[in-house]
Amino acid sequence: MNESKAHLLKSLNENLRYDGRGLLDFRKIEIETGVSKSAEGSARVKLGETEVIAGVKMELGKPYPDTPDEGTIMVGAELIPLSSPDFESGPPDIKSIEIARVVDRGIRESKAIDFKKLCIKEGEKSWIVTIDIVTINDAGNLQDASYLAAMAAVKDARFPKLEGEKVNYKELTETKLPLTKEPVEVTVLKIGDKLIVDPSTEEEKLIDARLTIAITEDGRLCALQKGGDYPLSLDEIDAMIGIAAEKTKELRSALKAVKPTKR
Amino acid sequence: MTYSKRNDGRKFDELRPIEAKAGVIKRANGSAYFRIGKTTAYAAVYGPRDLYPKFKQNPKAGIIRVNYSMMPFSGSGERVRPGGSRRSKEISMVTEKALLPVLNLEEFPNSVVDVFIELPQTDAGTRCAGICAAAIALADAGIPMKDLVAAVSVGKVDDKIVIDLDYSEESYDAEVADIPVAFVQRTGMLTLLQMDGPVTREELKKGLEMGREALKKIYAIQKKALKEKYTGEEK
Amino acid sequence: MGEIIEKDKNVVVPGDELASGMDFLPSFGTYRDGDKIVASRLGLVSFEGKVVKIIPLSGRYVPKRGDTIIGRVEDVSYSGWRISTNCAYPALLSVKDATMQFIPKGADLTRFFDIGDYLVAKIMNVTSQKLIDLTCKGPGLRKLHGGRILEVNTNKVPRIIGKQGSMVGMIKQATGCRITIGQNGVVWLDGEPKSEIIAVEAIRKIEDESHIPGLTERIKQFLEEKTGKKIEMQAMTQESHDHEQYDHEPAMEQ
Repeated sequence: MNESKAHLLKSLNENLRYDGRGLLDFRKIEIETGVSKSAEGSARVKLGETEVIAGVKMELGKPYPDTPDEGTIMVGAELIPLSSPDFESGPPDIKSIEIARVVDRGIRESKAIDFKKLCIKEGEKSWIVTIDIVTINDAGNLQDASYLAAMAAVKDARFPKLEGEKVNYKELTETKLPLTKEPVEVTVLKIGDKLIVDPSTEEEKLIDARLTIAITEDGRLCALQKGGDYPLSLDEIDAMIGIAAEKTKELRSALKAVKPTKR
Repeated sequence: MTYSKRNDGRKFDELRPIEAKAGVIKRANGSAYFRIGKTTAYAAVYGPRDLYPKFKQNPKAGIIRVNYSMMPFSGSGERVRPGGSRRSKEISMVTEKALLPVLNLEEFPNSVVDVFIELPQTDAGTRCAGICAAAIALADAGIPMKDLVAAVSVGKVDDKIVIDLDYSEESYDAEVADIPVAFVQRTGMLTLLQMDGPVTREELKKGLEMGREALKKIYAIQKKALKEKYTGEEK
Repeated sequence: MGEIIEKDKNVVVPGDELASGMDFLPSFGTYRDGDKIVASRLGLVSFEGKVVKIIPLSGRYVPKRGDTIIGRVEDVSYSGWRISTNCAYPALLSVKDATMQFIPKGADLTRFFDIGDYLVAKIMNVTSQKLIDLTCKGPGLRKLHGGRILEVNTNKVPRIIGKQGSMVGMIKQATGCRITIGQNGVVWLDGEPKSEIIAVEAIRKIEDESHIPGLTERIKQFLEEKTGKKIEMQAMTQESHDHEQYDHEPAMEQ
């Protein structure tokens, strides 16, 4: 084990993080909606010094042939070089693709949005809800921040006015997105034999493994993503899910408090 | 038909409300937020830092590299596809040229000063807002520079010369000219000049003079934002 | 006779007029424009007689000969090590300057410094093109074992060190941590987990509040509150002018 990891573990063994938090403490969570009036819905999430913005744009498209009576969502994430010296310009790299796909799965697989209600004309026209996540400052845990921002932006969103074949983006209707539940994602990380949540950039560099867990309010798991270079035991996975179930309460109440902005 | 009153009730030489803040992105060496009306811009400066590929290095001085980008949800219409467009590449380049004349990068041979400009929300005047934010961010990053650069669009809507066009004016149903300009206040030299749309020589002259006058206010706001960061009381 | 436009120690930004009159002389971070002296860096204006300069408050580290820095080993080659320095330029540590020990030809250099290791080194030379040569031979220069790394604003390093090391000395006394500060804004510290957190908070506080008078007293109070222990000041020089000490001091603190 390298020396910097051993040193961090010495601290974690005393239930202390480098910034003074306990192992299972999130940093201060701040959610603000309506941060981009150009979008149909938007939100800014801060986890301590980590900051991301998500925006929802609604487009018209043709339903997939296998689900002719459904619309869909499309999630994109950009880890832009504005937000960290470690990010580079160019097409999305695997890190941003993973973040976007894991957010997508949390929302899609929980059936949080009623895709059927996004259909306008079966087999011909439906809404595509695009959710774009952009990082402003990376101080760790972009995954959970991105998820919260995406959900908050979805909650903030209204349909634009549909005028025949065209969308009038200048006028938003009063209709919100058909949100049936609010699943929440939490990432639990393993360093040595310790489990933590809401990692800093420094901690992220030293982790062995991580598990992102999406949970609905009734406690059902709806998406998982294991990451990191080392394996996890079944007991560890069970412990991580237990932690996530507990922590989602805190995140859920932050999300519940989100009110759509007045327009 | 004449444009006798501006859509949002401003005077013809009046800027939209402006807000500026320095040091908003902790990971960056310098950063700023700049809002003019409904257009908002972030700028972050990283560097001077290593420049690769090596053939881009200049052994005599550091170089500046600007990347302007609109967030996918920032447009007034459909989603903006991420990734550089021809438009964003051109704006990146003219922004670079608008800032370069005040910079002194001789201390940093072979290195690069990266400037990233991102817009979460747009309502015209994005390149000018980006330049205003970038100038604050460069000073915040401690880059040696002779002066700040401030930018605004001037233009002609129907028969009127106006300052700081918003989207409703840019798309006004009459003859419209949009002229983004940037000035170095101390020298009165112009570092950005583009124009879309027809004006007479006299109108252009009048517009540029009005632009320079209006930029005094933006310049003062830029300086204030920087001083606020560094004279702020304890947290 | 010229006149002063910005008062001594005011925060100024590029383009600000600092003084007018041909009798003033522009120095670091300033230039002459007609009869005016103008700032070209963000910082505190400083008048020393007729010399006007800027004490920068931001900006990355610029390598200088004689500075002691903390670097990280990036790569190992036949002849030495490439070290990242928290600035735009990497540095070279050649085999002959690495250690007092004899290193035979063809030896495995990672045995001395491996990739990822942090070390305290001194800048022997910087060329005009910013090629940096380091040495690890000298008192206090060494490889760092364990501990944690903190990045700070390089312009605040003199304040964190304090007069004759008084500030960092106080933090060390209060927290029992070992602390080494590199002029390049890299800080290494090692101690008990709780104490390290207090030391880091104190350092951050100095970074944030160095412009507010009475810094030493505030940091002393902060440390006493956090540790519950009185700090004895006899070893420390009284800091009468908070803004006085800006010239580079020895970085080594151990």
